[in-house]
Amino acid sequence: MTAQKDQSMTLQKEMIARHFERLEQAPATGEKVVYTFVPGNLTELILSFDALPVLPEINALQSGMRGKSREYIAEAEKAGHSEDVCTYVKCDLGMLRSGNIGPTGTRLPKPDLLLLSYTGCYTFMKWFELLREEYDCPIVFFHVPYQGEGEVTAAHREYMVKQLKERVIPALEQVTGKAYDEEKLRALLTKSRAAEDDLVSVLHAAKRKPSPLDAYFGAVYYVGPIFSSFRGTDEAVAYYKALKSEIDERSAAGLGPITPEGPLDDQRYRLVVEGPPNWTHFREFWKMFYEEKAVVVASTYSKVGGTYDLGFRHDPNDPLGTLADYCAGCYTNINLPGRVQILCDYIRDYSANGFVINSVKSCNSFSAGQLMILREVEKRTGVPGAFIESDLVDPRYFSAANIKNRLESYFQMIEARRESGAKRGSVGAQGASV
Amino acid sequence: MSKRAAVMDWATSVFVDLSLGSVRAWLAEAPGRKATGFLPVYAPREVILAAGMLPVGIWGGGDRIEIIKGDAFYQSYICHLPRSVIELAQTKRLDCLAAVLFPSTCDVIRNLSGIWSMLYPETYVRYLDVPQVLEAATGGAFWQNELRVLGRELGEVADSEVTDESLRSAIVIYNEVRRLIRALYQYRVEKPWSMPTAELHVLLRAGEVTPPELFCQKMRDYLAACEAEPGRVQDRARIVIMGSFCEQPPLGLIKTIEQSGCYIVDDDFVLGNRFLAADVSEDGDPYRALAHGFVAHAMASSVIFEAERFGKRDLAPARVKAARAEGIIFAAPSFCDPALLDRPMLANGAEAAHIPTISFRYAENTGQFQQFGEQAGTFADSIKLWGAA
Repeated sequence: MTAQKDQSMTLQKEMIARHFERLEQAPATGEKVVYTFVPGNLTELILSFDALPVLPEINALQSGMRGKSREYIAEAEKAGHSEDVCTYVKCDLGMLRSGNIGPTGTRLPKPDLLLLSYTGCYTFMKWFELLREEYDCPIVFFHVPYQGEGEVTAAHREYMVKQLKERVIPALEQVTGKAYDEEKLRALLTKSRAAEDDLVSVLHAAKRKPSPLDAYFGAVYYVGPIFSSFRGTDEAVAYYKALKSEIDERSAAGLGPITPEGPLDDQRYRLVVEGPPNWTHFREFWKMFYEEKAVVVASTYSKVGGTYDLGFRHDPNDPLGTLADYCAGCYTNINLPGRVQILCDYIRDYSANGFVINSVKSCNSFSAGQLMILREVEKRTGVPGAFIESDLVDPRYFSAANIKNRLESYFQMIEARRESGAKRGSVGAQGASV
Repeated sequence: MSKRAAVMDWATSVFVDLSLGSVRAWLAEAPGRKATGFLPVYAPREVILAAGMLPVGIWGGGDRIEIIKGDAFYQSYICHLPRSVIELAQTKRLDCLAAVLFPSTCDVIRNLSGIWSMLYPETYVRYLDVPQVLEAATGGAFWQNELRVLGRELGEVADSEVTDESLRSAIVIYNEVRRLIRALYQYRVEKPWSMPTAELHVLLRAGEVTPPELFCQKMRDYLAACEAEPGRVQDRARIVIMGSFCEQPPLGLIKTIEQSGCYIVDDDFVLGNRFLAADVSEDGDPYRALAHGFVAHAMASSVIFEAERFGKRDLAPARVKAARAEGIIFAAPSFCDPALLDRPMLANGAEAAHIPTISFRYAENTGQFQQFGEQAGTFADSIKLWGAA
């Protein structure tokens, strides 16, 4: 059966394909290539130097979705990488050792610069230390202080701006041979705002009943352009405008999201999901939700590249300051109490009746502390939580039966609660006990 | 009782006491005293001491505590250290700590800071984002500011302001601590038969919860005892242990490695106690001095960004050369991102320098050592039979 897709998914696929073609041609065209990470990505800054961004996590997840990650991970483990470490890293290293053929089948260019945006994830440091050994290219470390106290202090912001001025920009100038052009950066940031406004409008649409989108399985597609190489571009502006129209249309018609097997208009469960999805069995995983008529109305993984729905917008009037603010506000840079609050707010604001944590083995940045998050959110909201476990891109750690079993039990539990709540309600109305 | 036995008796009694009896005794000696705990790897103990508080290293429960509550906080694929730390906390063994510091060692310790602040809202909690850009103007300036904030806030916790004078005094004390630790490590390089690592490890662990002046005295006593009571020279393989800088191996594992035919002549154990490899300046602005001390002299390790392309690759041969070792055992805790992600780079460097290596994973509560003994024993034999670095 051919999976049904949103028109926006098709549009996005074309954008990504064009981008990878451009990357394949980069050695010939002379366009400079900058490898960086999704959380804390400085896409506008990179584009202002006419360089092309490459995001290894996106390559890894794409490899997972295309069934290549198993062999890549095996390749990395043969080279001595532990079973215990992040599978995004191993997938990327394995892909490199296997010829560095990217997700669209084209060869990825070597980086001219490794822009190590150290935002929200310790493993990023090691990932680029490992890549640097493979590639003879410069590396620039951009330290984004963690929001340990739940805020970005003025001193931290100043530190980030200082690094941008004294280290990141000079590195880009050196590699590209071009001077920093602040006006060009402002122009890109202006477009970023426009795209961000439309994205947030899309995400907020999930507050409706029924929700016109799935804010996890759908949203991880929707955030692709804005989290990666397109933020600040006309393409991104056009994409999010089209996406917003699509969602607005579905909202107006009272329709649900398009799942691979058709629309999900009848939505029994509205869920908030914390944690990355599994990519190797993405469709199978999604099916476990929609076949139970469960739609995700808000998720945290769709915020790793920016918490736009919490109010952040790139500000072209303060180009470097806004880049600092953006990086510091990415979800994995937020402390655990902050994450708990975000989840509680999502449950309230999106009228969720369920909350699921997908804990992935690979990612300590997300996973360490999720059991505490589960209990704390349950305590504060009264909404029951489900806890399932899988991995990012290692298919050995996806146990479909186990996950399905837990989800089914969870949904049954919500049903039971709902029914007992309804009975109590009718008792109250009649003034008599059952 | 021999001098060595006297020191080791003291150290062992402190080391095994998970309820921090020695810390509690110190607190009880004078009214108003407070203690601040810190997780591995590096915390600026000087600032804690300058606030009049006792710095207390929190290294988990090892193999001496049954985990009941701690496992409710962590999935199976997270390392063991945080669950034993939570266990200690939830069973009130850490309730004597007025503050707890969480360095940027990895995402597990980072997120533990958040867990702690939710579980114990009355305790001062601070995440220490150590500088990764080891340049004075950038990372140094950043770290100096962080230290100042920490000093101000710890002063409030202790109700005792951190002054420049108190911080300078603390720097003087910890410079001496670090010098003595370096002296112990150098002694072991020279005469490993007289300084079993199992003993050294217990001494250093005891030092983590002991007032630094007393710890210095114990280290001097132990050094003198090693000289006065030398061990018997044996033909063992000289090895470096890398990867054990956070969750510590159980003492039984260290003993097993030694008894299998190895002299451990260098290691990563309790790395934070000597993280600054040279004296911090005792003059001028002490915050600047401490920040500079970090930026200029932080030991190369898995928790700090390596600025040189092949720095990691060169590190293993450099450690082996400095310790006049013959091989490396990569001993990392299971699920330890810093150690395990670094290992291939370090191992490649060792291989390129023809340094024999073996590798295994442990947990702080590993209870069976036979397999490690066999591995280490075979390794030591192979070094002796077929040559070393």
